[in-house]
Amino acid sequence: MKALSQKRRHPLAVVALLVMGLLLTGLLYAVATSANKAKADTGFSASDVSEGQKLFVANCATCHGMGAQGSASGPSLVGVGAAAVDFQVGTGRMPMQMQGPQAQRKPEQFNEDQTRQLAAYVASLGAGPSLPDQAMLDGQGDATHGGELFRVNCAMCHNAAAAGGALTRGKFAPSLAGVSAQHIYEAMETGPQNMPVFSDANISPEGKRDIITYLQTIEKQGSPGGADLGGLGPVSEGLFMWVAGLGIIIAFTIWLTSRTS
Amino acid sequence: MGNPSDGAPQQGGTVATAGQAGGQFEDPGLPPHRPRLADTDPRAAKRAERQVTWLFIISVIGTIVFLVSYFAIDLGPTSTVDAIRTQNILLGLSTAFAMLGIGTGIVHWAKALMPDHEVSEARHELRSEKDREAAVKIVDDIIEETGIKRRPLIRNTLIGALALAPLPALAVFGDLGPNANDKLRHTMWAPNAQTGKKVRLTRDPDGTPIKAADVTIGSAYHVIPEGLNDLHEGKLNEKAKSVVLLMRLNPQDLHVSPGRENWGYNGIVAYSKICTHVGCPVALYEQQTHHLLCPCHQSTFDLTNECQVIFGPASRPLPQLPIEVDSEGYLVATSDFHEPVGPSYWEREYS
Repeated sequence: MKALSQKRRHPLAVVALLVMGLLLTGLLYAVATSANKAKADTGFSASDVSEGQKLFVANCATCHGMGAQGSASGPSLVGVGAAAVDFQVGTGRMPMQMQGPQAQRKPEQFNEDQTRQLAAYVASLGAGPSLPDQAMLDGQGDATHGGELFRVNCAMCHNAAAAGGALTRGKFAPSLAGVSAQHIYEAMETGPQNMPVFSDANISPEGKRDIITYLQTIEKQGSPGGADLGGLGPVSEGLFMWVAGLGIIIAFTIWLTSRTS
Repeated sequence: MGNPSDGAPQQGGTVATAGQAGGQFEDPGLPPHRPRLADTDPRAAKRAERQVTWLFIISVIGTIVFLVSYFAIDLGPTSTVDAIRTQNILLGLSTAFAMLGIGTGIVHWAKALMPDHEVSEARHELRSEKDREAAVKIVDDIIEETGIKRRPLIRNTLIGALALAPLPALAVFGDLGPNANDKLRHTMWAPNAQTGKKVRLTRDPDGTPIKAADVTIGSAYHVIPEGLNDLHEGKLNEKAKSVVLLMRLNPQDLHVSPGRENWGYNGIVAYSKICTHVGCPVALYEQQTHHLLCPCHQSTFDLTNECQVIFGPASRPLPQLPIEVDSEGYLVATSDFHEPVGPSYWEREYS
């Protein structure tokens, strides 16, 4: 004890204390978050359902009806499942900002717990796709197979580089950059808005895991050719060439024909 | 005029004028020659020389960087995308500097240091009667010496021989390939000619068969015919003709024309994915509006009305593949497409 108190004024004591403090905080945080994750994996409790119903009546019933059976302004939610709610509410698409060609991504209106309670309520109304298995979201699948599945099933709307693309009459397929693995999985499972449904019978959970792995891989790797100009293909590349390429050609033409001083 | 590089005009020139009445425009002649900085100031000349030298050295450096980045960056099976990206950028930039260095160096050299005296050259005569008469005489001589006018038998047989000579080419080129019309009219969906076994619809790319019960409402399946993955030859050609999009919607949303009542199954319908405009894959399916959009030229097809064109340059609806369910519950094609898939071609209307 005496040795310790003597070293207390050592110049490195503050640093050592800081490191110990940080390690402890980090450890506690890790334990706390993994405990949260474990909770999310379990089924919904009865209180989740009743809290969810209150939130639903206050925020969603105007369009979707008091019992979520749908109305003229919104579809029925019976049987859409927890996955659909987690996707729509978790990406901020619901509650909708305004009527339009499609609901767009925006900052979420509900926190994680509230989203979970809403999902619990809607899931209690009828059987539907449940929240995905965390093991399928780890991004440890086969990226090559995922790429093949992506090009066959997804690339025509979402673009081969997952940069998104236009549909008819103001609708569009959004870019997939920065979308969480869970939301990608839920979108395939439930087919939000105009996206077709890719149920487990169509693309197996392992296939979905491969697709997510592929998307994470191309996002991490970036473009092999340098600046990808948004990955939008001929539009952005053509604009660049017309402006920069022609600009350089014009500059050289002027220089070639000018007189030196 | 003694020194050719002093920049003075070699000929006192006037611009040639043709067919103009004098006095309408004054011949402006050549502008006075202005000497360049490098012509008068030896230091400027020296500076320009150094600049040209540096441009050539930049080219040398560019070539060396190209070779180094080509050989030093090893792209083995374990290399990352980062290495490919670095090499791509270095190869591109070094080639650009290697070429631009030589090009700009030569141009700068010519502009700043080489003699820049103006030269004017009178236009030569466009047509002379003497040349014309000589040409006419050559033709007359040929007619005279061959005696083609005096010997009509030779002339007529020559004309006959020349007219017939190209005919073998017609026969040979005409047989270069099989009749394309026949190939475009048939796909792998036709039931087996001997056994009558109908072709199952399978998932692209895995080739696993699809149960009707697996196709939930709102689903879209990208479909290839069973056995396509087993082909060793012509696989892509067969795939390009036979790819199909399989979708399920509420049966009451579908408007089915007479004769097509049995082409779908409980709201499950299959349509060719090849656009009837120029053959792009039409696979952008909006499951709420039931529109199919072609990404190339925005042709839009209405799935509820048997894929009638509702927008864009396509002129015909997408061909529908008649489907039914076999004894094991899998989806099979009842028959081949009833019309050729894809864009129009000359013999399309004649079988």
